[in-house]
Amino acid sequence: MTSTQSNSMLFYLRTLAAWGAALLLFFPLGWLVLTAFKTELQAISVPPLLLFTPTLENFAIVQERSDYLLYAKNSLITSVASTLLGLALAFPAAYSMAFFKGKYTKDILMWMLSTKMMPAVGALVPIYVLAQNSGLLDSRTALIIIFTLSNLPIMVWMLYSQFKEIPGEILEAARMDGATLWQEFSKVLLPLTLGGLASTGLLCMVLSWNEAFWSLNLSAAKAGTLATLIASYSSPEGLFWAKLSAASFMAIGPIVVFGWFSQKQLVQGLTFGAVK
Amino acid sequence: MAYLKLERIEKIFGETRVIKGIDLEIQQGEFVVFVGPSGCGKTTLLRLIAGLEHIDGGSLQLDGRDITHLPSSKRDLAMVFQSYALYPHMSVFENMSFALKLAKVDTAVIKEKVDRAAKILNLTQYLERTPKELSGGQRQRVAIGRAIVRAPKVFLFDEPLSNLDAALRGQTRIEIAKLHRDLGATTIYVTHDQVEAMTLADRVVVLRDGVIEQVGTPLALYDRPANQFVAQFIGTPQMNIVSAKQMPALQTTAGLTLPEGGFVGLRPENVTLHPADQGLLQGKVDLIEALGAETLIYVTTTQGAQLVSRQNERTALRVGDTVDVHIDTDAAHVFDANGRITRTGKTPFHPHKATT
Repeated sequence: MTSTQSNSMLFYLRTLAAWGAALLLFFPLGWLVLTAFKTELQAISVPPLLLFTPTLENFAIVQERSDYLLYAKNSLITSVASTLLGLALAFPAAYSMAFFKGKYTKDILMWMLSTKMMPAVGALVPIYVLAQNSGLLDSRTALIIIFTLSNLPIMVWMLYSQFKEIPGEILEAARMDGATLWQEFSKVLLPLTLGGLASTGLLCMVLSWNEAFWSLNLSAAKAGTLATLIASYSSPEGLFWAKLSAASFMAIGPIVVFGWFSQKQLVQGLTFGAVK
Repeated sequence: MAYLKLERIEKIFGETRVIKGIDLEIQQGEFVVFVGPSGCGKTTLLRLIAGLEHIDGGSLQLDGRDITHLPSSKRDLAMVFQSYALYPHMSVFENMSFALKLAKVDTAVIKEKVDRAAKILNLTQYLERTPKELSGGQRQRVAIGRAIVRAPKVFLFDEPLSNLDAALRGQTRIEIAKLHRDLGATTIYVTHDQVEAMTLADRVVVLRDGVIEQVGTPLALYDRPANQFVAQFIGTPQMNIVSAKQMPALQTTAGLTLPEGGFVGLRPENVTLHPADQGLLQGKVDLIEALGAETLIYVTTTQGAQLVSRQNERTALRVGDTVDVHIDTDAAHVFDANGRITRTGKTPFHPHKATT
């Protein structure tokens, strides 16, 4: 066998392996999509049906029975609001830590990250009681606050590592040129880190949208997000596979489309500083 | 009256006083160079003047106004950074016009000023480029352009040439000198390169450990150093410093009086070497550096003093040769044990120069 032949063999093998891995990862999701278009009876048939007449019945029932649009609205509002709030808090924090490094900056950063290492359930009772006492149970405000706080360490870290790449002298030059703090932000730092800012925002949007633990525990019918909607189809009355799948499909649909369009920014943000 | 006046300026980082009460007056239009070894505080002092660091003690006055605690943006100073610090997302034109735009200067006026500066600095054809499309020298000129467009009260340069290669450094140095002659702007320039200090400065400020060792014109520092540190810092190769013990002949024959534990300082051009054997001192040639226009010869005397001699002729001497060391004792400086000068040597063109 010549080396050209062995190279092309290797190429085909690699392609095959990549496709195999991708299909394996995609399979549950694909199955979910298929099931969403089946009737309940078809959904539990053995052996599973691959060929069937698709129906939109499940989607209609989900919207009718549990007002999909309300949950979608809640998800959209909480994730967008928590992302914007988070960026507004993380930007100045990361700025001061990156450009005015103090003796304890590294410790503060580590401490912030360490809060992500604690299991969320450990804070459930105090936070639940706090939400209850302040009358914020089942409100979007509570979810926005919780989402913001739980994403904040990641946002600060991501922005911090992006700001670290900007030489401090550029900001000093702007100051010498007569820029106020706000102009330093808006005319120099922001344009230079726009890509990183966007990817940080996108990631936090996705994390908030997909968040289930706090939504399930702190919200119900009024402020519930799509995670709550999905969970409601796995109820004591029984498991409705087709409707559960339809609800899940509708829940993940928007964020998958969103992710598809912003994947370049996401990848860029997550690998920032890793390769120069 | 002084244009820029520093009074007992202090800076403390943590527990360390890095600037220890600096007093200095700079006149309008003057080109002042801060020079000193690394860690002497020269860049910190510049950053204090720029307002990029907080002044912990003393006061700073510019053109009759106290600016000690004014933010950088309000001081009306321009700075050229070592790393150039150009705005990477802006074109050359935008870089140079940024300050004027912030100051809300009329667009037509901005264009005119930038065009004029670009012409002076040979940047006209690069105005639309971004910094990363420029060479190091061009970036440096943009950084200078950004400063001159504003016509600030004082220009601050922080080691602006240290990122350039040797040839470009010499060329840019000459351009900066010309620029200063043409604009007549008050300039403070920080460098560790004493050639830059000697060639550019009206006055040189020699700093060490956060204090001023001496202030003076380049030649005054060379000819009349206040102490051993300045004497050795200014001049290449360094001034020869020899202890009294290593050169007993100087006291006995030449009649120099050396204080207890003191030193003699000799410029390399005041040490000459001869093959004959009737000199004041004898030595052996260690190393010869033939630079073409001048020749540096390193010798060790029989008493163990290491000396370097500079001569404008080529030499027939070879490494290992025994030589007579002649010293122009009139030109010798004498320092006490603490390095303070006790006798200033005579210099060429000095009215009291003794004929040899």
